[in-house]
Amino acid sequence: MSAMTREETEALIQEVLEVYPEKAKKDRAKHLAVNDQEIEQSKKCITSNRKSLPGVMTIRGCAYAGSKGVVWGPIKDMIHISHGPVGCGQYSRAGRRNYYVGVTGVNTFGTMNFTSDFQEKDIVFGGDKKLDKLITEIEQLFPMSKGVSIQSECPIGLIGDDIEAVAKKKAKELEKPVVPVRCEGFRGVSQSLGHHIANDAIRDWVIGNRDGDESFETTPYDVAVIGDYNIGGDAWASRTLLEEMGLRVVAQWSGDGTLSEMELTPKVKLNLIHCYRSMNYISRHMEEKYGIPWVEYNFFGPTKIAESLLKIASYFDDKIKEGAERVIERYKAEYEAVIAKYRPRLEGKRVMLYVGGLRPRHVIGAYEDLGMEVVGTGYEFAHNDDYDRTIKEMGNATLLYDDVTGYEFEEFVKKVKPDLIGSGIKEKYIFQKMGIPFRQMHSWDYSGPYHGYDGFAIFARDMDMTLNNPCWNKMTAPWLKASQEPEAVAAGA
Amino acid sequence: MPNVMIRRKESGELLFYVAKKDMEETIATVERDSESEWGGEVELTDGSRWYIDPISPPPSFPTTLRFKKA
Ligand code: SF4
Repeated sequence: MSAMTREETEALIQEVLEVYPEKAKKDRAKHLAVNDQEIEQSKKCITSNRKSLPGVMTIRGCAYAGSKGVVWGPIKDMIHISHGPVGCGQYSRAGRRNYYVGVTGVNTFGTMNFTSDFQEKDIVFGGDKKLDKLITEIEQLFPMSKGVSIQSECPIGLIGDDIEAVAKKKAKELEKPVVPVRCEGFRGVSQSLGHHIANDAIRDWVIGNRDGDESFETTPYDVAVIGDYNIGGDAWASRTLLEEMGLRVVAQWSGDGTLSEMELTPKVKLNLIHCYRSMNYISRHMEEKYGIPWVEYNFFGPTKIAESLLKIASYFDDKIKEGAERVIERYKAEYEAVIAKYRPRLEGKRVMLYVGGLRPRHVIGAYEDLGMEVVGTGYEFAHNDDYDRTIKEMGNATLLYDDVTGYEFEEFVKKVKPDLIGSGIKEKYIFQKMGIPFRQMHSWDYSGPYHGYDGFAIFARDMDMTLNNPCWNKMTAPWLKASQEPEAVAAGA
Repeated sequence: MPNVMIRRKESGELLFYVAKKDMEETIATVERDSESEWGGEVELTDGSRWYIDPISPPPSFPTTLRFKKA
């Protein structure tokens, strides 16, 4: 199917909305839009960050997921207690593939699950005593942990436990930071508020810890990588590029990151933001309090990488600017070879995305480098400012869908017939069974990294591997196929 | 009376950011913007109008200020 016109896309949205009851239809209509690059402010065409409708299938998470799963979880040398019943932490344990170096259980704790395992009596009589005891046990069993964070699950807010008081008491006892995070799952409409709450907790309990301590030796080229969670090693693939151009990466937030890196971040010269959605709050805070500017960058695909390297370099002197050009030059042969190899196999293929955070817009450039086109994109939990940044990246008359429902997504796919879908595990098998190549774009489908030049090579290979997999010709049973299109058998032999 | 963070964009214009509302707009005009004071009525590019008592000397951005709806 060739590109859809504006009218066709609008008609498609209307058609999909048709099955909803009147009220739901009105509500969902606001979340679906046809992209128009002319529009400056996304709020004119799409509504986001609203409560999902009861009864539809949404793919969102909760505030606890945003705080424990995304922001705090990857800080590897702290222990993050999933405070409340055991399930919230256990079912999400190690699912995000935040890689890290260290000996798990000794000095790093990323893939372990710590929980206060609430029982009925804790709900009835309160869990503060248990929490107190738990933190003491942690200190005995894991003396090399650098701090503790208390990630509240729903019941904590409901029974009104005073985790702040426990945190203060234990921090004094242990002489380590103990951070209470009020990220109960019922807060807000999605994991997005969890990011915000987690950022605020970092602001209140971590960022100021080294104020007035000048013992850290700084250089004029200190930067922090913020909002890179090192999925499949992403942050490492990004970090090498920055270091090669002459910058010193002081902190990684929070993939493969440590508590002391976070504490030292206020000493850097520039904050580099990859995932704007989950970490813009703390960057804004550091800008206001410490005067550290921040810049958004995008390390997906050579075009965007080059743009971003030059943009980052523009904040520094000629040495770094030359460094950036040198890095781009150095990897040129490598990425051109990748493009030469895969572009002919992927050219013209159409992709639909539905992810969270930054990817619905950031990966567009990488697909375009491979000659592919993104014809629909959407976010689970974006806000207006994310769509502001998306409109310019997407082609005219392409589909935008916010907090898409299971039904809408399937219908869109049936009509738009993309060659590839990038979304999460919950969508994967539905679409694969519909015969459409699919990549998980949250966990990189257990591959990665996808950031940086090294990541681009893997990204291109993975897309090719998925799209051109011979299994997609085997969707019809051989005996049915033979009667329908006899020539296919000959071609396959 | 929301808390508003004012910061400078790369292009030099001022941004008006309300964290609670996730609203980020460019400031179109400021009633008083001189060497000695900053404030008064502020109009944003989306047409909404806000008010703050003029501050003198002008604050250095980024900073958080309390605005009223005008
Ligand atoms: S919504 Fe509440 S109970 Fe469910 S996972 Fe989140 S914190 Fe746990």
